[in-house]
Amino acid sequence: MNINATLLGQTIMFIMFVWFCMRFVWPPIMQVLTARKQSIADGLAAGERGKHELELASRRATEGMHEAKQKAADVIAQAEKRAAQILDEAKGHAKEEGDRLIAGAKAEMEQEVHRAKESLRQQVADLAMAGAEKILRREIDAKAHAELLTSIKSEL
Amino acid sequence: MSGETLTSSEYIRHHLQNLTYGKLPDGSWGVAHSAEQAKEMGFWAINLDTMFFSFALGVLFLFLFSRAAQKASAGVPNGLQNFVEWIIEFIDTSVRGSFTARNDMVAPLALTIFSWILLMNLMDLLPIDYLPLIAHAAGIPFLKVVPTTDPNATFGMSIGIFVLVVYYSIKMKGLGGFVGELTLQPFGKFGLPANIFLEGVNLIAKPISLALRLFGNMYAGEMIFILIALMGASWASASFGSTLLFGSQVVLSLGWAIFHILIVTLQAFIFMTLTVVYLDMAHQEHH
Repeated sequence: MNINATLLGQTIMFIMFVWFCMRFVWPPIMQVLTARKQSIADGLAAGERGKHELELASRRATEGMHEAKQKAADVIAQAEKRAAQILDEAKGHAKEEGDRLIAGAKAEMEQEVHRAKESLRQQVADLAMAGAEKILRREIDAKAHAELLTSIKSEL
Repeated sequence: MSGETLTSSEYIRHHLQNLTYGKLPDGSWGVAHSAEQAKEMGFWAINLDTMFFSFALGVLFLFLFSRAAQKASAGVPNGLQNFVEWIIEFIDTSVRGSFTARNDMVAPLALTIFSWILLMNLMDLLPIDYLPLIAHAAGIPFLKVVPTTDPNATFGMSIGIFVLVVYYSIKMKGLGGFVGELTLQPFGKFGLPANIFLEGVNLIAKPISLALRLFGNMYAGEMIFILIALMGASWASASFGSTLLFGSQVVLSLGWAIFHILIVTLQAFIFMTLTVVYLDMAHQEHH
């Protein structure tokens, strides 16, 4: 338990050990620790970023789906509208056509009636003329009464 | 036992004697064969056992750590690297906690102090008689296996730290600042003698308390191991009393060893922390 030169030896040994530790042990391990810390932090950040991107993408997808649905609905609505329009148009056309046909038919009918009337009138006039001729053959000249007959005929 | 004829006090003294190499009374150089001889050698003698074990343990520490440092990678660490990193992170955290200035030397210094002292202290947990017994068989008269129970080892370290404290005080504050700190406070320049006395004691007390605290704790622990070992040494015959004593030795040395693990680690940690604190104070402008 005496203090002796061991003291100096121990001090020198201590300094040597500290120097060695400072030179060869501490820096590489510290470097590795820092590098690992950095890589872990990077990994965590990348994970976070990935998560964020996923969230964004899913939001975008939802938005896209929404938009597509909206578009589809629009298209359908437009189509329906167009269909109704076409139907209306067709109806209008049909009605017009029908009206025209009816009008034509009516006109033809009137013409027909007119013609029938005309011919009937002619026939009645002829008949009357024939009757009158037969009656008046003896008494009246046909030429003399033609004017009268014509006026009767127009009154018919 | 190292010898059949030892008495208890001889046994204790034998365990507390370093293997000292120096100039023998007859003028030749050699190993002292008694405590008196070792004392007569004066300052220019060397405790071979302290030197050997502290050197071996320091080399073991540096070998393990530098191996881990060489193979270290930022990927998944293996067992040794994991262990080394765990200790280094622990040291780094505690140094960051108590050292505020910037100095790349302090953390490695703290690591060396902690690991080296811890290893030297842990030698205390080896069965107290085994290594001396083997040494005795090999013709070595004394062997103290715990270097920190030798004040030379603890003072050797604390003197190194003292030099660092003075060096950094002067480097950080200038020679004038350092001398001013010693002479001009706490009482101003008119209380100069009192200042020198107080601050001088303050300065000198740092290495002395560091060394004596570690030495005292380890010496006392070693002493208790020796006393416990004496219980079994009093084995005389297969009587009840002898058996009881022997059993007590087993139980007590186990209990003390388990408790001593705490002291061993704690003393290494205290030595390290105080070193860091002293160096921190050396770096501060005003403390």
